[in-house]
Amino acid sequence: MASSPLVPRPPVGDPLGRLLDERAVVVCTGSGGVGKTTTAAVLAMEAAHRGRRACVVTIDPARRLADAMGLDGLTDVPARVEGPWPGELWATMLDTKATFDALVQANAASPEQAAAILDNRFYRNISGSLSGTQEYMAMEKLYELHTEERFDLVIVDTPPTRNALDFLEAPRRLTRLLDHRLYRLLVAPGKGLGRAVNVAAQTFLRTISRVVGAEVVDDAIGFFAAFEGMEDGFRERAAAVLALLESDDSAFVLVTAPRRDVVEEATFFADRLAEAGIEVRALVVNRVHPRFGSASPAVADQRAEALAGGPLAPFARNLADLSAVAATEDAHLEGLTGRVAPAPVVRVPFLDTDVHDLRGLDRIAAHLFPDAARRLGER
Amino acid sequence: MDPAQFFAASRVLIVAGKGGVGKSTVSAALARAAARAGLSTLIVEIEGKSGISGLFGRPPFGYEEAVLHPGGGPEGAADVRARLLTPDDALLEYLEDHGLHRVTRKLLSGGALDVVSTAVPGIRDILVLGKVKQLERSGGADLCVLDAPAAGHAITFLRSARGLLDAARVGPINTQAAEVLEMLTDPARCQVVLVTVPEETPVNELVDTAYSLEDEVGVSLGPVVVNGRYPALDGLDADPATLLTGVRPPDGELAAMAEAAAFRRHRAALQAEQVQRLGTTLPLPQLQLPFLFSTDLGPVELEQLVDAAVEGIGALDALPER
Repeated sequence: MASSPLVPRPPVGDPLGRLLDERAVVVCTGSGGVGKTTTAAVLAMEAAHRGRRACVVTIDPARRLADAMGLDGLTDVPARVEGPWPGELWATMLDTKATFDALVQANAASPEQAAAILDNRFYRNISGSLSGTQEYMAMEKLYELHTEERFDLVIVDTPPTRNALDFLEAPRRLTRLLDHRLYRLLVAPGKGLGRAVNVAAQTFLRTISRVVGAEVVDDAIGFFAAFEGMEDGFRERAAAVLALLESDDSAFVLVTAPRRDVVEEATFFADRLAEAGIEVRALVVNRVHPRFGSASPAVADQRAEALAGGPLAPFARNLADLSAVAATEDAHLEGLTGRVAPAPVVRVPFLDTDVHDLRGLDRIAAHLFPDAARRLGER
Repeated sequence: MDPAQFFAASRVLIVAGKGGVGKSTVSAALARAAARAGLSTLIVEIEGKSGISGLFGRPPFGYEEAVLHPGGGPEGAADVRARLLTPDDALLEYLEDHGLHRVTRKLLSGGALDVVSTAVPGIRDILVLGKVKQLERSGGADLCVLDAPAAGHAITFLRSARGLLDAARVGPINTQAAEVLEMLTDPARCQVVLVTVPEETPVNELVDTAYSLEDEVGVSLGPVVVNGRYPALDGLDADPATLLTGVRPPDGELAAMAEAAAFRRHRAALQAEQVQRLGTTLPLPQLQLPFLFSTDLGPVELEQLVDAAVEGIGALDALPER
């Protein structure tokens, strides 16, 4: 039925398609559970349809999505996804620890230095659980793939963080850790605790030892001692990653769902990005309730009451329910769409099923891109 | 079973679920259901920005306890209170309780805390859980509902106690971790309620989380909450055009009714399928909370959810003897 609200109506002018054509990096950001990973995969697939060599970096894809792309054993080495497109589609999954290890190896002055760090328990904690490490490594991976020049476009999904800018701030957090006074104390002349550390520092470390145990402090000292000389390399790299993200080569796509709490988080994200001087280039709203008919919620409700008791009662009630929810969703989104303007807003309705295969990605793409809608119509 | 009995089964209820499943709404509804059953209830929130206060029509709350819904009334309800407890708050309190307030400021200044929490991953989590344990012990409320961080952080969060026993083998943190683990694994003290929506991926993730929590942490799982299920609406099967008796509505309206009905039927069937699949893959009782079409979530809608929760609890079998 041509008038059905479920028929894809991709945005006119193809704003998302233009992003894919023009940019070298697309970052999909937003809170957890809004379909960010799927959106990233759809964008990458569409880029391949547009003739680009695209690679999508996923953080923690649901198994279904990995399966959908035919990537059962998705690893941190990009794997090629075959499909009916002139470009290339590659996919990889972030391995935080492996990425961090590689970064240490690249910056170490000698294999011995790298080994000393990689074996240290404090380091293993950092690579596994320093808050923001995953975000940092996602950006590091992005940078690495971008500079390799094997791909025209790298699309990255960001971890489901509550803190909007963890992925921008994490590199700074690590360098701040390395810059910290405590660190300088620990590796002060003479290296390690010993003679050069002053009395105040000794007291401080003893106090920390009392809380967490001496072993932990020893591990930390060992780590900072082993890391000496590498901070500059890390700092430069972190600065380069940030510069790439802030440049015109990169575009940020904010993904959300039309629920109030999620929209509030997305608005917070948009504000923080704006503060960091980064513009949102598109807003994708997933899981939107479609609007049926043209009656306002109030009118639909009156009709439901007028028809109550009759044979059409459940139909009128249902129409009123769905009109109300669509209107509520619109109201939730209003502030956010104003905030990200002039970025285009693309709505993807609730889908019949989850994405199980490439056709599933195609069905979503049809809501985002006119070309994809045409392809779906031709089948 | 009787809601009073249900909520008295353990003093701590940890509500966990992936982002976007309505975990905070469920925390609020369960807290209020417990209060209606006469148990004074404290909601502990970790991340802020959850919208819980709005559900009760109250301004946002902070570190200090705030009353969200006073008790009393014909049902003899108890209070619902709430407080925000961030890991940094918990750490400060911990240090001060341990006579370390002198180093506190030093630790907080310029990121030394990052060094410590990197050295001891999970320290922030364990401090929050340690505080919850203290609240449980103090008996300040009959029930403490913890709105846990979003899963997969929930697994990390709850696993922090076991991990810390390894990382800090001596000292007060080790003691703290051991005590928290004792609470988490004692079904008479603590239960975890997992929340999902009736959709494929969230259901899969809930099942994975449930098994990891049981295997890796050893927590006791309460009923699973399926949030956002479309309420049943019968009579949508026919083509509305064939049901006309009196005045014929405009064609546009009839078409909209038919399409809206098809959408609702289709989604209801998908949800039913997922609910059933959840039931067969995870042998836990389910509480279902309705999707609310009405408007924004506020106090009126919250009470509707509470009604549904109370009804669902009433339909559960009595707890087996432990």
